[in-house]
Amino acid sequence: MDPRALRSDDAGDPLLIARDLKKHFPVKGSGGKAVQAVDGVSFMVRKGETLGIVGESGCGKSTLARLLLHLLVPDAGELLFDGEAVGDGITVGALRRQVQIVFQDSYSSLNPRMPVRDSVAFGPFVQGKPKGEARRIARDALARVGLDPNLFGPRYPHELSGGQKQRVNIARALATGPRMVILDEPVSALDKSIEAQVLNLLRALKRQLNLTYLFISHDLNTVRYLSDRVLVMYLGRVVELGPVEAIYARPTHPYTRALLASRPSMDPARRIERPPITGDPPNPIAPPAGCRFHTRCPFAEPVCTIVDPPLASWTGSQTHIAACHLADRLPPAHLA
Amino acid sequence: MAELNAVIVSEPRPLAGAGGVEAEQIPPATRVRGYWRSVGFRLWHDRATLAFAAVVLLIVLAAVLAPVLAPFDPYKESIVGRLKPFGWRGHLLGTDELGRDMLTRLLYGGRVSLLMGVVPVLVASLIGGLLGIVGGFLGGRANTAIMRTMDVFYAFPSVLLAVAIAGAMGGGMANGMLALSLVFIPPMCRVAETATTQVRALDFIEAARASGAGTLTIIRYHVLGNVLGPVFIYASSLVSVSVLLASGLSFLGLGVRPPVPDWGLMLSTLRQSIYVVPYVCALPGVAIFVTSICFNLVSDGLRAAMDVRM
Repeated sequence: MDPRALRSDDAGDPLLIARDLKKHFPVKGSGGKAVQAVDGVSFMVRKGETLGIVGESGCGKSTLARLLLHLLVPDAGELLFDGEAVGDGITVGALRRQVQIVFQDSYSSLNPRMPVRDSVAFGPFVQGKPKGEARRIARDALARVGLDPNLFGPRYPHELSGGQKQRVNIARALATGPRMVILDEPVSALDKSIEAQVLNLLRALKRQLNLTYLFISHDLNTVRYLSDRVLVMYLGRVVELGPVEAIYARPTHPYTRALLASRPSMDPARRIERPPITGDPPNPIAPPAGCRFHTRCPFAEPVCTIVDPPLASWTGSQTHIAACHLADRLPPAHLA
Repeated sequence: MAELNAVIVSEPRPLAGAGGVEAEQIPPATRVRGYWRSVGFRLWHDRATLAFAAVVLLIVLAAVLAPVLAPFDPYKESIVGRLKPFGWRGHLLGTDELGRDMLTRLLYGGRVSLLMGVVPVLVASLIGGLLGIVGGFLGGRANTAIMRTMDVFYAFPSVLLAVAIAGAMGGGMANGMLALSLVFIPPMCRVAETATTQVRALDFIEAARASGAGTLTIIRYHVLGNVLGPVFIYASSLVSVSVLLASGLSFLGLGVRPPVPDWGLMLSTLRQSIYVVPYVCALPGVAIFVTSICFNLVSDGLRAAMDVRM
């Protein structure tokens, strides 16, 4: 009997709360300047939901994932897991027993000198399970992700395809029996056909094991497919947060609009000629004053260059909020 | 390379019990070969390396079995039998300047040379490897402290450093080994540090940390296996260098003391007699050359067999 089936997680209660997380990476020889990778990010993940995090490269998504597991120690901010503050009420070790991560690069996230069954068994083993039991757990986990443990267990990572390796990585994350899994672009490096299989696998596992997901991606379609709510990041900040359908139907923040508009369309008549936003994101060492997006925003007004727009506090699961001064005045977005 | 790593040995098997999840197409069952087994496989098919390895084995056996194989006493001198050519009165390879049997002394000399070749490399691999792994894994200031200290030693040419250390401490076999060990620690440390730094940046280390493993556990299970290969390859290439340097030290009178038989020392004492019995005098040099080059070629073969991107 799976112990998770007995646990009565009240769906909807917050499982993980991040308050004002900050991580600045000092730049050597710059006289105290720092890359503001994550700069005051707050959100919560409810039990049983999938929170999608989107944003372009370099916006701090992966840094955020590492902060949540204390793989990187936040410079400031608070992290609560299941109502207890990490490092205070609950140790980092205990947090890592309940939250696991799947990385993007399925190749480098497996030890090339280890048969994959040992990689999967490593988690339970270091968490105190005897070797034999850790191996049994690894077999179960491999079977769960659709890999025959007899056939694939003894293999080395270079003998597996990208999709198979990512399944092993998922098995590795599941082996410690986590309640929450952080998926850091788990399908970005896979072929489209394999991507669909892995996404379906993730969906099925979530249902079977009563998991909570934090799904990080830059692919808006996969986020829409998997997530219940979506958080949009830009330059280390949250710019918009809301239920997935609300965001995809009525994006508020100009950055979210641009992101959604830049999706390739399946309809040739709707093909976009011009990219909705141009240029690169500003240097995260010296982000622009005021709204961080104003340098690329087509709607920017004088106030945007001076005042940093606050993000309203989140209350319910249906809250749809955006950090934009003009949120109420912008014309409705023309989207499908 | 792929066909070397996986040899198909049986029919495809149907996938059983996939936990209610549709499985992707499973390739035919293949026999799985681990890294070290695949290295063995490639080595076995590298005939040249095998041949040189056989020569190395022969040299090692000859040195180990010297007391059994040697026809004479290595220290028995003879006033009348000095500097005799090959085959003189049962002395198959002639005699040296004190009338001692050359074959016997070459066999016994191999013991010293091999010991001087292997022991410093082992010591350096242990100490340098450990320092490199610790520095590489911890990174930051600890690494800087270790590597900059190594750079100080690294700045000297290895021959000069070995001569300086052996000279300062005085001759003798133990001091010679110590000097060579010190010479080999910095490059060994660098190799281990580079390999560790490369591994440390990979996601599986982060994943191991995310599953709650501590630094020592991660080093033991995830770093060592990936660093051992490069360290071993480098160590094998250092053996021939060590044999050469040890002979050089003895030649300069900084290694083994007479009358202990050693190739470098024999070369040194026989060099005045090069015009009397040239072939006999060249023998220790030939022994050093053959030993060194065979170790070197075996090391190259090992490198080829082990240095595989997977």
